[in-house]
Amino acid sequence: MKHVLEFERPIVHLKDKIAELKEITKDSEIDLHDEIKTLERKLASLEDDVYGNLKPWERVQMARHPERPTTLDYIDHLFTDFMEFHGDRRFGDDAAIVAGIAFYKDEPVTVIGHQRGKNTKENIRRNFGMPHPEGYRKALRHMKQAEKFNRPIICFIDTKGADPGKESEERGQSEAIARNLMEMGGLKVPILCIVIGEGGSGGALALGVGDKIHMLENSTYSVISPEGAAALLWKDAALAQRAAETMKITAYDLKELQVIDNIIPEPKGGAHRHVEEQAKAMDQVIESSLKSLKQLSVDELLEKRWEKYKSIGDYNIKED
Amino acid sequence: MLKDFFGKKKKYATIPSEQAKQDVPEGLMKKCQSCNKIYYRKELNKNLGVCPNCDFHHQLNAWERIDSLFDEDSFVEWDKNLMSNNPLGFPGYEEKLEKDRKKTGLNEGVVTGSGLIEGERVAFSVMDAGFRMGSMGSVVGEKIARAIERARKESIPYIIFTASGGARMQEGVLSLMQMSKTSIALKRHSEAGNLIISVMTHPTTGGVTASFASLGDYNFAEPRALIGFAGRRIIEQTTREKLPDDFQTAEFLLKHGQLDQVIHRHDMKKRLGTLLKLHRKEAKKS
Repeated sequence: MKHVLEFERPIVHLKDKIAELKEITKDSEIDLHDEIKTLERKLASLEDDVYGNLKPWERVQMARHPERPTTLDYIDHLFTDFMEFHGDRRFGDDAAIVAGIAFYKDEPVTVIGHQRGKNTKENIRRNFGMPHPEGYRKALRHMKQAEKFNRPIICFIDTKGADPGKESEERGQSEAIARNLMEMGGLKVPILCIVIGEGGSGGALALGVGDKIHMLENSTYSVISPEGAAALLWKDAALAQRAAETMKITAYDLKELQVIDNIIPEPKGGAHRHVEEQAKAMDQVIESSLKSLKQLSVDELLEKRWEKYKSIGDYNIKED
Repeated sequence: MLKDFFGKKKKYATIPSEQAKQDVPEGLMKKCQSCNKIYYRKELNKNLGVCPNCDFHHQLNAWERIDSLFDEDSFVEWDKNLMSNNPLGFPGYEEKLEKDRKKTGLNEGVVTGSGLIEGERVAFSVMDAGFRMGSMGSVVGEKIARAIERARKESIPYIIFTASGGARMQEGVLSLMQMSKTSIALKRHSEAGNLIISVMTHPTTGGVTASFASLGDYNFAEPRALIGFAGRRIIEQTTREKLPDDFQTAEFLLKHGQLDQVIHRHDMKKRLGTLLKLHRKEAKKS
């Protein structure tokens, strides 16, 4: 384990101990098999305990894990013949969003997702997965093309949020995000959105209007980062941990708030422990979602999409 | 002797501080926020909150805005009974809502309804920055979406005046989702061939800018209004870049191609009226 999170330390400690004992048995006559077995049982129950009851702030750390699989990793496992296409035809190509077409099983689909880097160099090139206006516009160009060729759209959401920069404001990032929300509301093909890491605010939402919204178990979706919320609400970014709880940003919270459709379970210890297993769990959900959506006529699809969003919110009607 | 010791009061003349000199009685007088000139409130109100000296556009509350635009007694309010809940169980949220209800006399940060502008019937929403900074939670999103839906059903133009700090933190991701809700409502309205006009007033920021505020067939703003997505401070902190003084003003956005026009408040009613006439379904002048 390269990157160990604070709450994982006891697990790592125990694992090291087991490895140590195994090493000893290998080189000597002493038989420690029973001890090892006991420790391994203890390890299993410790892992269940730690990973089975992650607190919101721990899930935030999982969602941000440097080894967490990215859009391109999942594309590798879920699709064949993926071809990436570049550029918004207006200003440039935003590496913070990848877009292209591929086969999902036997069917052509359009795939779009935020793309973080795997290391500092790539992160700088991809702006840490924070899109510029041309990223949203590239995404929309591909969505329109999907509509033209009657392909379902699958979006992977994984961003801290929109690029907070001068040029992004000048090039109209508000309009670019808004346009995507509006147009996605009317696209005549099924749209499937899966939050795979962080779903940060408007930058996430710009790929997030769909017929089915799913979240990986340890992903988050929020109006503002926990740090941002803490700074705004309590003037102290150090209270991020508390904000992560107050703001209700985990997959379980969003399911309860009736914003998302399904929580996709993660392998023990998080998606990065077993990408293949993770992809398999996603595959099942993608398959069943697409199957149910394809049974709808275009009118039904759009009406249901509208009803889905129309029903999100919490209010009451006061009697006169 | 002892008495002298305690009782003597030094005699000072009191000179009012610079601050105190500029303070004016609340209610009767009002000081221009930009040039500090003092006016009778009545005089400023008659001028629609525009400073006669420096042309600064002071914020209008929702009903002042409605009065400035609609033909007399033509405006009918919709959905004033929708009230916010506290979906995240956010500490202190209900009290804050109650305080702002009392302060503004509104149920929430937006007033919706319909009426006549220069004789043309429109569906209308106006945000009020005095209610939780005009932030958008479930009720603001729902009221706006309902107003757009009614406009679509009645096949009349929809006009929104925005003034907002963005999404409402206390309702978390539900606030974020109101951006989608309102944008899809506009899509449906637009697909049916209906007109959408957005007028951004000071300040329009965050999630509101990144949804309905930017989705008009025409996007306008009032002079010097602050309009942007990311906050100036955040951008400066992240990029360590010096931003121009006029960054994120209406004029800055116009220069960068993000607005159709910047419209003076005194011209607003007339300009909207003409635009509405140009978009009549059976277009005819008169």
